[in-house]
Amino acid sequence: MTEPTPVTSREPILRVRGLVKHFPLTQGILFKKQVGAVKAVDGVSFDLYPGETLGIVGESGCGKSTVAKLLMNLEQATAGEVFYKGQDITKLSGRALKAVRRNIQMVFQDPYTSLNPRMTVGDIIGEPFDIHPEVAPKGDRRKRVQELLDVVGLNPEYINRYPHQFSGGQRQRIGIARGLALNPEIIICDEPVSALDVSVQAQVINLMEKLQDEFSLSYIFIAHDLSIVRHISDRVGVMYLGKMAEIGSDAAIYEHPTHPYTQALLSAVPVPDPEAREHRERIILSGDVPSPANPPSGCRFRTRCWKAQDRCAQEEPLLAIPARFAQATTPVAHESACHFAEEKDVVGAA
Amino acid sequence: MPDTNPIDPEQGPIAPGGGYGGGMDLAASDAEALEREPGHGQEPGGPTGKPRSLWSDAWRDLRRNPIFIISVLIILFLIFISLWPGTIATQDPLAANLSKSQAGPEPGHPFGFDSQGRDVYTRVVYGARASVTVGVCATLGVVLLGSVLGGLAGFFGGWWDAILSRISDIFFGIPVVLGGLVFLSVVTNSTVWPVIGFMVLLGWPQIARIARGSVITARQNDYVQAARALGAGNSRMLLRHIAPNAVAPVIVVGTIALGTYIALEATLSYLGVGLKPPTVSWGIDISDASNQIRNAPHMLLWPAGALSITVLAFIMLGDAVRDALDPKLR
Repeated sequence: MTEPTPVTSREPILRVRGLVKHFPLTQGILFKKQVGAVKAVDGVSFDLYPGETLGIVGESGCGKSTVAKLLMNLEQATAGEVFYKGQDITKLSGRALKAVRRNIQMVFQDPYTSLNPRMTVGDIIGEPFDIHPEVAPKGDRRKRVQELLDVVGLNPEYINRYPHQFSGGQRQRIGIARGLALNPEIIICDEPVSALDVSVQAQVINLMEKLQDEFSLSYIFIAHDLSIVRHISDRVGVMYLGKMAEIGSDAAIYEHPTHPYTQALLSAVPVPDPEAREHRERIILSGDVPSPANPPSGCRFRTRCWKAQDRCAQEEPLLAIPARFAQATTPVAHESACHFAEEKDVVGAA
Repeated sequence: MPDTNPIDPEQGPIAPGGGYGGGMDLAASDAEALEREPGHGQEPGGPTGKPRSLWSDAWRDLRRNPIFIISVLIILFLIFISLWPGTIATQDPLAANLSKSQAGPEPGHPFGFDSQGRDVYTRVVYGARASVTVGVCATLGVVLLGSVLGGLAGFFGGWWDAILSRISDIFFGIPVVLGGLVFLSVVTNSTVWPVIGFMVLLGWPQIARIARGSVITARQNDYVQAARALGAGNSRMLLRHIAPNAVAPVIVVGTIALGTYIALEATLSYLGVGLKPPTVSWGIDISDASNQIRNAPHMLLWPAGALSITVLAFIMLGDAVRDALDPKLR
């Protein structure tokens, strides 16, 4: 990263290196033999700096949610490391893992399934304190839960209600309060607003931004809505078929995309200005996303890329600042996994 | 959109232009109401409302369901007479008077007499105890064993699940009546316990499969993942998150199975391998009476009728509970 933003000069709080998750495909019921693997995440690396929001975008099935689960240790990584303050958390278990969990929490996608329907709101938000009794003394818990409800903009008197008595946006606030209960440093948000109405999305996003300032949180914000990611993110990573295609500051990704996949994604963003819409170029990709069980050789995007040449099939492009932009001082100098990275202004006048 | 119809009695007296303003007020008061009372389930009460869970919703439904009320009344009556049969049948179920063999109803003996000259009414009342004991104990045993084994298999998966599923396949493959004939014919104990043990032995795979399936479904829910992300241990996830959300199908199938266990006890007793005299049981009486159906049909009809009503009551109860717990019907 050559971009002189203040966040990058600091020590990263989370370093992800070569993260891999392969789900085995097996045959047979009693005597299982592996016949292949779905390469859901295949070598993803990035850094997260304190106080920043890293957006991760990509279409369905590209491995975004698997990355989130790997970071949370909800799935065992096939290979790769996740360093939290210098400690590899993928190998942890038992007490050490429980201690790390206090600092990395998650907000789930679907507020209708992420809250136990048999527990009251007070029990749901108070559960972190039951699991980590050192965080809040017993007599203090009810008060802490009510404070958390207040922080996320819910009436503290709702403590005895059940999740089904709340709307989707209110439920997501409860999920956020549960994530905040242990005072974590990192919150991983797996599509936290995609299940909500558009009008409610803005409320929840604004709440999350407010909480980030208040509690100096770092977010990993996974979404497929490019506009929301741009709004909330300091840096953005674009994933395609289990790999990071391009990563950089939001200005770099949105205004100076160099990877053809990013350009194609951005050209599909709705533009509210009809004038600008007339003049912009839309990139229509042909074909479907290849199966992650059998990804293409070389560059994974080559089967749908209009720039693909023989080199793309033979040599896998690495995620690095392209040589031709290495000396550039504009945000165009950011990491992009393409042999033929070039700037293309797809957002047009907007 | 605000309705500006002048005939509307509420909007009538409002000054010109009030239609739109009235609409705004309405929207505002709606928003306030929503702020105070989110979601549905607005019980009149304090500002915090009354907490409502799936179980309390189900209970509200059940209280209004006539099928549920009828079946519960029948079952309560059955439990009452199996605990205290002497309160409604004052005679001895074993007292035989051969001179009355197969005699029809007479005063004091409303259901008549059986081949041994015993009072059929008294025997029907006393027979409830064996049926209810077998049904309740077999169901408890099956539900406990099946849900523990099936739940653990569903939660941990892997080898434990593979082995358990194959074992339950083996038990599923044993025909119940044939298994009962083989297993119980070598048992000389004439109490209800061998019969109950046999039913638990053959019945647990049914509940184990259901428990396994519903635990697997519950385990995949995000709230279980969320608990794991918080650092919850296996026991907390199983007891606090999975079990309460997976227990409903087990309860429903258990209730329905209770009726079939009562019928199975009668079947085995009829075949001569279940309960044995001097235990009083509907199955034994049906067996004895079946040879005499042309001469004395009352000997068969009364115990068979009691058996049918009992089985039906439990199945109706299970059906009503299933409907009440089914979220898709809400």
